[in-house]
Amino acid sequence: MSARPLRVVGHPVPRVDAIEKVTGRARYVTDLTLPGMAHAKVLRSPYAHARVRRVDVTRARARPGVFAALAGADLTWCDPYYGPAYRDRPVLAIGVARYEGEPVAAVAAVDEATAEEALELIDVDYEPLAPVMTLEEALAEDAPLVHAGQPPAGHFADLSTLRPRPGTNICHQFQFARGDAAAALGGADVVVEDAYRFPPVQHVALEPHAAVAAWDETGALTLWASTQNPYSVRVELAKMFDVPLARIRVVVPHLGGGFGSKTYAKLEPLAATLARAAARPVRLAASVPEAFQTVRRCASRVAVRAGFRRDGTLVAVACDADYDVGAYADIGPRVVQKGTYTATGPYRVPHVRLEARAVYTNTTPGGAFRGFGVPQLAWALESLFDVAADRLDRDPVDLRRQNFLAHGEEFAPGDTPIDGKLEESLSRAAEAIGWTRAPAADRGRGVAAMLKASVAPSVSEAIVRLHADGSVTVLASAVEMGQGTRTVLTQIAAEVLSVPLARVTVVQPDTAVTPYDQTTSSSRSTAMTGRAVQVAAEDVRDQLLAIAAQNLGVAARELALADGAVVAPARRLTYPEALALKFGMSGGELIGRGVIAPGRTAAPLGGSTPFWEMAVGAAEVSVDEETGAVRVERYVSVADVGRAINPLLLEGQDEGGVVQGLGHTLLEEMLYADGHLLNGTLLVYRVPRADDTPSELECHFVENADGSGPFGAKGAGEGSLIPVSPAVANALARLTGVRLRDLPLTPERVWRALRARSPRA
Amino acid sequence: MTIRLVVNGRPRDLEVAPHALLLDVLRDTLDLKGAKRSCDTQVCGACTVLVDGLAVSACTYLAVEADGRSVLTVEGLADGESLHPLQRAFVEAGAVQCGFCTSGMLLTAKAMLAENRTPTRDDVLHYLRGSLCRCTGYRKIVDAVLAAAETAR
Repeated sequence: MSARPLRVVGHPVPRVDAIEKVTGRARYVTDLTLPGMAHAKVLRSPYAHARVRRVDVTRARARPGVFAALAGADLTWCDPYYGPAYRDRPVLAIGVARYEGEPVAAVAAVDEATAEEALELIDVDYEPLAPVMTLEEALAEDAPLVHAGQPPAGHFADLSTLRPRPGTNICHQFQFARGDAAAALGGADVVVEDAYRFPPVQHVALEPHAAVAAWDETGALTLWASTQNPYSVRVELAKMFDVPLARIRVVVPHLGGGFGSKTYAKLEPLAATLARAAARPVRLAASVPEAFQTVRRCASRVAVRAGFRRDGTLVAVACDADYDVGAYADIGPRVVQKGTYTATGPYRVPHVRLEARAVYTNTTPGGAFRGFGVPQLAWALESLFDVAADRLDRDPVDLRRQNFLAHGEEFAPGDTPIDGKLEESLSRAAEAIGWTRAPAADRGRGVAAMLKASVAPSVSEAIVRLHADGSVTVLASAVEMGQGTRTVLTQIAAEVLSVPLARVTVVQPDTAVTPYDQTTSSSRSTAMTGRAVQVAAEDVRDQLLAIAAQNLGVAARELALADGAVVAPARRLTYPEALALKFGMSGGELIGRGVIAPGRTAAPLGGSTPFWEMAVGAAEVSVDEETGAVRVERYVSVADVGRAINPLLLEGQDEGGVVQGLGHTLLEEMLYADGHLLNGTLLVYRVPRADDTPSELECHFVENADGSGPFGAKGAGEGSLIPVSPAVANALARLTGVRLRDLPLTPERVWRALRARSPRA
Repeated sequence: MTIRLVVNGRPRDLEVAPHALLLDVLRDTLDLKGAKRSCDTQVCGACTVLVDGLAVSACTYLAVEADGRSVLTVEGLADGESLHPLQRAFVEAGAVQCGFCTSGMLLTAKAMLAENRTPTRDDVLHYLRGSLCRCTGYRKIVDAVLAAAETAR
């Protein structure tokens, strides 16, 4: 079809769910009430590591108002283990508690107060065991083991190659190599190396995890859950309860933020178990401290070496990364291999050796968090890149530009060629920050770049229905969690079918109704789910054209859709008229189907990424030499998105990504001492506030319509976060000469480094 | 205990426990779900409502303290179907993402504008210190508040 100007795609239309959100009408899981619904509370381990000798729930069970009280040993009627990589996580601790805050017993009662009181009637006999709290402790010779045996693999085919090291705390190892890194480093003119640490941090989605579970009289289960991937939750529950997938329904109302914290099953297994035991609906709503005991980002230590020729050409990278995945693997093994796979960033590197280990510790399980392992490695490589620029006496922007992968160039054999223009992002970032002009004397500037693959292979399916009155229903399972996917899917369907946005309804995800979508993560929804919706809408369009061609006696190629009608050179058939002609009555509907399933490939991770996420960040910082406080005064993010389906929403998402990145850069770290998490509440865990944000924050987009998604779009939303910490640290180094290797860049760390700096002559 | 208060302009006589929190009374007794529970410690602002025009954290405010007072929640912000200027500004500026902080942000901003009709950007940043948002990066929220202030003048 000939290209015509886009009516709604590419326009900054307000989000379709804005009104319900500003009026308080939007419903989240904790806003739901079912008749007879019980309220659950969880008793959690006070120890990081303990044998659980006995749990006595008798007195709790006998308390009036209590419908169910469960311990791990009670769960003989289901498979009590779950987990996407390994099924290593029991719903309630069985025999051993592996982290402080692990659920040990749970109660469902008439109200929350009764449930809380019942928890106090539960007697637990713990035998404290020596915990391993850090990577060093966990990897030490003769370290206590977090898991003694080897649990079965979870539900990911691409993790069937899980490689634990038996008898250690290493639950997965990943290697990637090309060329001969050792020899190339030996022959390089300049070799730089250093080790970098990334802290454990929590997502702090303002809505903590929540689930409402209800079994019906036929033995089918419905869950209303705050989850980013209802279909993964469904698989876990089907395995646990040995119920067909078709009899488990996971419904996702509005989500109060996700950022990865709500990927894969979290509270849902426990809510469903309690609901079965209580024989009534059960609501389980976590508090913020409980969210800190549910999931976090995998902390890391990364040692990286890079070799350059004297002319600045990068020839080799060797990287050893250890990720602390906490007490249960969750999706940690995939975080580790995914992050490590792109450890070389957006650069051409002929000789590579990457090795990574996922390591169990007795801490909150680590899982997915915006960036999925890449921020940890970008922190290392992009910091080291500036060290190399210093050694080579090169401008950091020029050195990056010289080594960027080009559009169309291979990243790894079998994977998707690079589908964006990094030099364009870098040039725009440098221009916007004023790179070539000297900053004020008390300011420093730094840049960093990133490259990330999306999950592959993956599947998204969509159904588009055109009704007799010309309105449209979109069935898709991408979860609206604030990123704007419902609006974007609405725009895509409205564009293809040439109807106003208000005529399109996107149904909330419901596994009984909306078709399969693998996950709302990995920045994939616009590119994958959006493409499925586009294909499904085009399917409807083609059916409309066929009806019109037959009834108007015009060739389909001479027809087009415009303003809710099929238009021929001299005639016009509205959608209601077309449907009435097809069905011979005022009913019936057209149903379109879209399936995006690229399948497995020879790429190193088993599938070729549907797009590369690419972005550049540039920071301008100041520092208070008296206190060590770093302030990011200006920040520019440029993301190569192919096409911004909705520039307003995309800008908001990238601004949020930058500020979330400033969190782990300057403020956030989960601190442990003596086996206890010290700061698992918002009173003491500081996330960025409004007054922590840069005075000037700009988010730009490179749009060359070169993505595989709808209208040339690529995924976005993680890219803006990833360059933040190295860009800020590089700016600080250029301002003060101080190079920090541990995040966050707290005033104390910066102050100490400034004090230790050799006095200027 | 019996308390008498006005909620969103409507007089209410309610029987509440002495330890009942305003947030629970609003959400569970009156089915006003717009105020959200999050940090439970007066840090995040998701539960913010106005009591006699002042922003309070309903998660740590006893319902009995509201006796004889007037409470405004996000449900009472619009005039029928006609949105409050702050609501309109939030929609247009893209200041809403997941929405979980939105009702608290709106009411905090309303309290600020009642105090200061001509806020600067720094005034807004300072006033929003007690309202966390993890989605937006705050810029569009601040833009929206400033735009609403401009409209009101």
